[in-house]
Amino acid sequence: MTVEISYRQALHDALSEEMRRDEDVLLLGEDITGYGGSYAVTKGLHEEFGLDRVMETPIAEAGIVATAIGLSMGGMRPVAELMTVNFALLALDQIVNNAAKFHYMFNGQWSVPIVVRTVSGFGQLAATHSQTFEGWFASVPGLKVVMPATPADAKGLLKTAIRDPDPVVFIEHSLLYSRRGPVPDDGTEHLVPIGEAAVVREGSDVTLVAYSRMALEALAAAEELSQAGVECEVVDLRTLRPLDVDTVAASIARTHRAVVCGEDWRTGGFGATLAAEIQDRCFDVLDAPVARVAMADVPLPYARNLERMLIPTAHSIVEAVRGLLDDGGRS
Amino acid sequence: MAKATSRPPTARRRTGRAGDGAASPATAELQGLDAKTLLLMYRQMALIRRFEEHAAESYAQAKIGGFLHLYIGEEAVAVGALHAARPDDHLITHYRDHGYALVRGCEPGAVMAELFGRSGGVVAGRGGSMHLADARRHFWGGHAIVGGHIPIAVGLAMAQQRKDTGLVVIDVFGDGATAIGMFHEAMNMAMIWRTPVVFLCENNLYGMGAAAHEQSPVDKLIDRARGYNMPAAQADGMDPLDMHRVMGEAVEHARRGEGPFFVEALTYRFRGHSMADPEMYRTRDEVREWRARDPIPAFGKRLVDGGVVGSEELQRVDEEVEEEVVAAVKFADESPPPDPSTVFDKIYAAPVEKRP
Repeated sequence: MTVEISYRQALHDALSEEMRRDEDVLLLGEDITGYGGSYAVTKGLHEEFGLDRVMETPIAEAGIVATAIGLSMGGMRPVAELMTVNFALLALDQIVNNAAKFHYMFNGQWSVPIVVRTVSGFGQLAATHSQTFEGWFASVPGLKVVMPATPADAKGLLKTAIRDPDPVVFIEHSLLYSRRGPVPDDGTEHLVPIGEAAVVREGSDVTLVAYSRMALEALAAAEELSQAGVECEVVDLRTLRPLDVDTVAASIARTHRAVVCGEDWRTGGFGATLAAEIQDRCFDVLDAPVARVAMADVPLPYARNLERMLIPTAHSIVEAVRGLLDDGGRS
Repeated sequence: MAKATSRPPTARRRTGRAGDGAASPATAELQGLDAKTLLLMYRQMALIRRFEEHAAESYAQAKIGGFLHLYIGEEAVAVGALHAARPDDHLITHYRDHGYALVRGCEPGAVMAELFGRSGGVVAGRGGSMHLADARRHFWGGHAIVGGHIPIAVGLAMAQQRKDTGLVVIDVFGDGATAIGMFHEAMNMAMIWRTPVVFLCENNLYGMGAAAHEQSPVDKLIDRARGYNMPAAQADGMDPLDMHRVMGEAVEHARRGEGPFFVEALTYRFRGHSMADPEMYRTRDEVREWRARDPIPAFGKRLVDGGVVGSEELQRVDEEVEEEVVAAVKFADESPPPDPSTVFDKIYAAPVEKRP
């Protein structure tokens, strides 16, 4: 049995279910109470759980994550909300130097079970508000990085992240909040494991490897290409670290071609790491070089026409696949 | 408000610090502490001193790598402060952390072995000098990004409220850290949420090589607390009893649920910032004047003059801690390096298994 709900509602439900399950779970962040959260995920939660468990914070991203780390060391299970991933840069020191390090550096004496929820996306917000940094976070051993595409994965992965004993950077997407989809609703807990990719469409000609919004764009591209007789397999990574290379490699062993799809910059973006992993694991079965769909190396401009030129879409993926099939991608 | 006792005039002028004249009356009374405690405090200060001297020697012998930041000269701060708290009150510190680890009860051998990068170290050779920690003793490190740990204490203190433990958090950092944004975020949040945290700022007059006046527009760092409406006091960091007195007030303020408290310990490090420091930024005369206020012989003399112990007993303690540190070095020397097969262990508390 499933229920059709939005990505936003799925996240909201995950938070409220986990807060009911475990009284140590608490939320903290900017404007998450009376305002309802900048993307309305936490709306109303303070009414059910009170202001001690849904805590309003000052505008202090580093302080918010540090407070979450300290709370976790004191036995709590904090979920920190950073309004966007752009602002998360202010907390990078806490996430990278502290949350990711303590378990290893202090020889396993304690772990840092925090979730840092944040948001990537764009929409005429200009260069400082239109970025996505999953590649940076995913490069850090000690962090887990999750980027769900669907309401079902959003709910199941957030619940798992809250229960996970390690720090999880949970990156939502602003353009997905209103997208609806089926979420299991059979009276049992819906949990999705961290570290497992999903083959969300089967196909024989090319593997599209994507995550977050680009997984949906990849499905749309696959639909379009199917009408032209090209069958794409779509792998939704769901978790970027730990990376489920096995599922990716198994798919490419069937299709012999791969397009890596992301929204972050081409240079040093997560797609670069992913493409390198694929070359490493799949060189013998590849019929063509790994193709990439990524954001051009430009600070995203405000003007609608310029922004649209740059944002990767299903169309960008279709073009990349056609390029691969036309000439093996060697042009 | 606490007053610092007399300070070398040269240092006052050079740093633009306002002078604080009179000795605190309370310090003259040995803080009402019993002889056993007073002697233990002396022993711990002497232990830190000898430990650091042997560490410096071992560094010169290349047994210790990376950075080594010595606590010599500042011993009274850690000893006085921690005696004012419960042994299970939480402690989180900067990277000049050897003294805190020792006073908290970490074995000197395990601390030295950590400096040596050995498996017998407090964190098994994974952290080194700057990242000592012992969670069983509620000592949460040892942090080396200046200021980064300061707001963590706020969350840890909030957890004490939520769990109703009755414990407070002591959050130690240096004067240089008060220029960092995270210090200000922490002060702000701690006061908004009235968390039981004592901010203990060790003002040793220099952030690495930059003098206080080059880093702060206020002479007294306790004035930083005013902007947060937070109570604050200075303490003489060369006197363990004044530290004990001021920290006692601060800790009980936090424990009563009245919120955070800021303590500025006026102190001085006799050695360079780290072993790599050529100390071009201060004069030999200044160092000499401060060394004349060495907290250990001064405290020892007070104990003898006050009839708490005889001088021969202090000498015996000095000999015992020397033996203890020699044994610590021996333990570190004999402790094997970490097993290479463990290098990928404990990156995650819940590793994700690679599927076949």
